[in-house]
Amino acid sequence: MKAAVVTFPGSNCDRDLAVAFERAGWDVVRVWHKDTALPEGVDVVGVPGGFSFGDYLRCGAIAAQSPIGAAVKAHAARGGYVLGICNGFQVLTEMQLLPGALMRNAGLKFVCRMLTLRVATADSAFTAGYGKGQEITVPVAHHDGNYTIGADGLKQLQDQDRIAFTYADNPNGSVADIAGILSENRRVLGMMPHPERVVDPLQGGTDGAVLFKALLGGLALA
Amino acid sequence: MKARVTVMLKTGVLDPQGEAVRHALGGLGFAGVNGVRQGKVIELDLAETDKARAEAEVKAMCEKLLANTVIESYRVEIL
Repeated sequence: MKAAVVTFPGSNCDRDLAVAFERAGWDVVRVWHKDTALPEGVDVVGVPGGFSFGDYLRCGAIAAQSPIGAAVKAHAARGGYVLGICNGFQVLTEMQLLPGALMRNAGLKFVCRMLTLRVATADSAFTAGYGKGQEITVPVAHHDGNYTIGADGLKQLQDQDRIAFTYADNPNGSVADIAGILSENRRVLGMMPHPERVVDPLQGGTDGAVLFKALLGGLALA
Repeated sequence: MKARVTVMLKTGVLDPQGEAVRHALGGLGFAGVNGVRQGKVIELDLAETDKARAEAEVKAMCEKLLANTVIESYRVEIL
C-alpha cells in the first residue's frame, strides 16, 4: 500500500510523517507542492504539520490553493484516503474537504505539550486500532487549533459519529473539545495532535503508531 | 483601479486577539473600551478599469481565497 506525503514550503513534519508511514509498513512517496498530480496507485495522502507558506493570510489557506491541492481534492473525491495533521488539518478545512475552521487558540498562546486524547469513534480505518473511549497520549504543537463550527454543523458531526478524537483537557478552546474529525465518507481525517511524533519509544510513546498500522491493515483488507 | 478588502471575524465568533487588545488598552488606562475586534485590510491594485467588473472579481477572490467565509465576513470597496 502506498502513501504520499506532501511538502509545502514551510512544512516541518513531512519527514516525520513519512517515517511514521514507513515504520508501519507503507511504501512512501514524497510529493512537492508544485506537482500537479499524485503518483500512480497512491492509497492515502498525508498532509503534514508545519507552517505552510508562513501561515500567510490564514493557516493553510495558500497551501489549499496550491497545484497539488487540486490533486489531493480529486483523490478525496474518488474516495481516496487523506490524513491531515496539525497544519495539514488546517489545509483540509481550507480545501473544504472537512467542515469548520481552526482559529487562534483561545488562550492566545502556542501550546506545545503531551496530552491525553480520547478516541471518540473507532469506526474509521484511521481509528479502528483503538477502542472507543480509549485514552491515548499524543503531543500537540500549535497556535491555531481552536476548532470552530456552527451549531448545525456540530450536530451533524455528532449525529454521524464523525468526531474522531477529543481532548481530555481542552488546550485551545476547541468546540466540544474536538481534536480531530472525519469526512462524511470517513476517509478523510484531520487532527491537530501529532500521532507521527509518538511512533517510537525514543519519542516518549508509541500510541500514534497504532493509527498508521490500523490504516494499513484496514486498506489492505478492503 | 484600486480595491480595498476588509476581512473581519463574523459577529458572534469570539475574537481572542481583539479581547487581548481590549485588556491591554484597559491596562494602559484607556477606560470605557467595551469591545475590540481585530481584522485585516487587503489592498489590491487591479488592471480592470470597469468598476462593476472589478467589484465582481474582487468578491470572487474573497470567496475563493481572501476570506474564510466559515468564520469571516468581508467588505469590498472600489477606490
